Amino acid sequence: MSILFLILPLALLVVFIAVAGFIWAARKGQFDDLDTPAMRALHDDPGDGKPGAPPKQDP
Amino acid sequence: MSTIGDTHGAPETAPAACAHCGLDVPAGLLDADAVRQFCCGGCRTAYAILHEHGLENYYAFDERRDAPVRPTGKRYEEFDHEAFRALYVKPARGGLCTVDLYLEGVHCSSCVWLVERVPLLLKGVVRAELDIRRSRAHVEWDPAAVTLGSIAHQLDVLGYPPHPFRGVGAEAMRRKEDRAMLMRIGISGALAGNIMLLALALYSGWFTGMEVEYERYFRLVSLLLTIPSLFGPGWLFFQGALASVRTRRLHIDLPIAIALLAGFTRGAVNTFTGTGPIYFDAVGLLVFLLLSGRFLQNRGQRAAADAAELLGSLAPNAARIVDDDTGGERDVPVEALLPGMVMTVRAGDTFAADGDIIEGRSAVDTSLLTGESRPEGVAVGARVFAGTVNLTGPLKVRVVQAGETSRLGALLRRMEESARRKAPVVQLANSIAGWFVAVVLVVAVAAYVYGLRHDPGRALDNAIALLVVTCPCALGLATPLAITMGIGRAAKRGILIKGGDAVESLNRPGLILLDKTGTVTEGRVRLVRWEGPDGMKPMVAALERESNHPIAIAIQQAWPVLETLDATQVAQTVGGGIEGVVSGRHVVVGSPAFVADRVAAELGSTPDPRIEAFAEEGLTPVWIAMDGVIVARAGFGDPLRADARASIDRLRALGWRVALLSGDHPAVVRATAQQLGIDLADATGGASPEEKLRRVEDARARGTVLMVGDGVNDAAAIAAATVGVGVHGGAEASMNAADVYLARPGLGPLVELVEGSRRTMLVIRNNIIFSIAYNVLGASLALLGFLDPLIAAVLMPMSSLSVVFASWRGRTFDVEPAAPAAPAAR
Repeated sequence: MSILFLILPLALLVVFIAVAGFIWAARKGQFDDLDTPAMRALHDDPGDGKPGAPPKQDP
Repeated sequence: MSTIGDTHGAPETAPAACAHCGLDVPAGLLDADAVRQFCCGGCRTAYAILHEHGLENYYAFDERRDAPVRPTGKRYEEFDHEAFRALYVKPARGGLCTVDLYLEGVHCSSCVWLVERVPLLLKGVVRAELDIRRSRAHVEWDPAAVTLGSIAHQLDVLGYPPHPFRGVGAEAMRRKEDRAMLMRIGISGALAGNIMLLALALYSGWFTGMEVEYERYFRLVSLLLTIPSLFGPGWLFFQGALASVRTRRLHIDLPIAIALLAGFTRGAVNTFTGTGPIYFDAVGLLVFLLLSGRFLQNRGQRAAADAAELLGSLAPNAARIVDDDTGGERDVPVEALLPGMVMTVRAGDTFAADGDIIEGRSAVDTSLLTGESRPEGVAVGARVFAGTVNLTGPLKVRVVQAGETSRLGALLRRMEESARRKAPVVQLANSIAGWFVAVVLVVAVAAYVYGLRHDPGRALDNAIALLVVTCPCALGLATPLAITMGIGRAAKRGILIKGGDAVESLNRPGLILLDKTGTVTEGRVRLVRWEGPDGMKPMVAALERESNHPIAIAIQQAWPVLETLDATQVAQTVGGGIEGVVSGRHVVVGSPAFVADRVAAELGSTPDPRIEAFAEEGLTPVWIAMDGVIVARAGFGDPLRADARASIDRLRALGWRVALLSGDHPAVVRATAQQLGIDLADATGGASPEEKLRRVEDARARGTVLMVGDGVNDAAAIAAATVGVGVHGGAEASMNAADVYLARPGLGPLVELVEGSRRTMLVIRNNIIFSIAYNVLGASLALLGFLDPLIAAVLMPMSSLSVVFASWRGRTFDVEPAAPAAPAAR
């Protein structure tokens, strides 16, 4: 059972990484708009926002 | 809702659907030879633009905008003005510019698609991103390649008229707070989860036996995880408690902070001594749950505030001025108006600044500023005020005062002042927190002293256990959860509540002050009474078709389909009436005095008793004469809303006193009061905005005041009232000042607001009783020494969960009102 002395800190390290990821995402504004990205994902052509990029013709 | 999956055009069978919006094409616009039919020019243009740029995929969306495209036709020149740029446009990297625009008419996935493809339509637009919930587009463009004005015009042509988003600063601050709160929840949630996993191991070990070294290890790790939770995200509660002590105003944060600190300190000491309970699981979970409750509460209130702010962005933002040098006209943003400039104001436009008329005659609707529902005739030399509406003819106005110095600006400043002065409402939970702290502390000390005499070894632990188990977690959640649920449900019914305070205040019935124009009435001039032969109607309609005076418009609305007659030799007299020849007869329509001048002398000389009768009912009299004889009499007024009487009766039944407070003429207000069954002593007319404010402040000294209004003239009074309510279609200022905004017409939503608030408070009260019952149970167990850590660990989340459940199940705003108060609104 002494493996616990190693595995517990390791588990907490994983938690720390997850929390750090969450904070980064929140800071970047990933949770500001929760409605539009869901719709955007279903649009057929990946609008890269640059002029002249032709959208695919087949619906 | 359109369901046409066909990508190319509409089926040719009748009834034809518009190729762009999918609505039926009016018969007059059907073109038998065309492949595609359009319901209007706007749709035709939008279709052509999409087709030309290869964006037909838009028509593959099942759910599309199902309203015809109606461009405003504005040129959006003001968007390129320096003053506009300074206010709303921000520079971005690479010489680009960005702006936030509020778009009208966006509501579904296809709108997102179309708006975000504007870069394909206009060279120079780099990015367009739409936030559908807030109806806000973030646009990035290259100012060297394209102007913002043309981007705005393009959006307008597609059917999304843009407006500058006002209040970017406030929004940025809210966003920062939201993110900070989200991070707190994330951190405390992760920590609480892990502390509880460790606690599970410890509890299991407590039953089945555990080696001491592991137990000590787990307890130490729990401590290490609790420290960041309590002093990171949980610091919020200590701040609240400190503020509560410093300002000597009791707040729910105080007992929470005491419990958290007591549990943590005792736990930390016990960790090192190796004996006794550690409470870390309870502390970690409390921080997480309480933060979640607070986050939900903020979010619900923000959604309502956001919605009201967006409506505010719809206010007019441009004025058309005459260029001194060239004599030409151009649009400038209202922020760029300066005294001395000459602006032209078309009929139907709102004055953007205070000024003197230098050319033209017209009628002005001043209801926004004064509450007077009848239009006022103006001519050269008259002073007009920002916020009022030019009704009939084009005017040239020399600006005297603009922006903050205008009468409107001054009123708005007063409104902000009275909003600042307003004392915040003491929430029920916070007022309970007061004696809650006292009782818990007294009992804990008593338990400790008693314990010292009888069982000195466990005295401290029992007292601490008491403090922890009585942490008012459920009490802290009770109010925010119930109010959040209530506010969310109310928003779905078109009642936007900006703060929980409003809900709590509405629980105690008091005085309701109703503005008249636009609130209990429709705020429009209508034909109310017709005394005369029906045969006269087409003749009058023919004559009034030549005019755009409010009375004429009311007549056109009253009889939209009458056989067409032609009027010739039409002559209008401002402030008098209109005359002309219809079907060979000479017809005169106008004020009694105007008509009397034009009829046979002996008939016109005696005063007509009907004038008096009309005035008593609050109607504007209009007489009609044919070939020198008065043949008909019409009364015009501002009719009551259909649900006004029923709603007011219902509010009275709920214990409120209802009074009218209007800027309109006292006679009109009295007439309205009579129709509504309001005591004449409670009907105040002719009140200036300043008087309204005074009236509200006086009444506040005596109890709850609910002020309901729609105009700028009500804004200060709305801000000063215990609860201010802005109604559908009201002015921006009254919406900003209001605690509640009713997005549906009529007074029905007001009844729902009052009843829903009562029910929400009932849920809150039940929650509080519930949570206190749990606390009493926990405290008795602790006092008797029966409270081992495991029972405490079960009891605490149980109390919170039951409060969550009760709030979620509670019937607040989604119940149909008891009285059929608003049949028209549904």
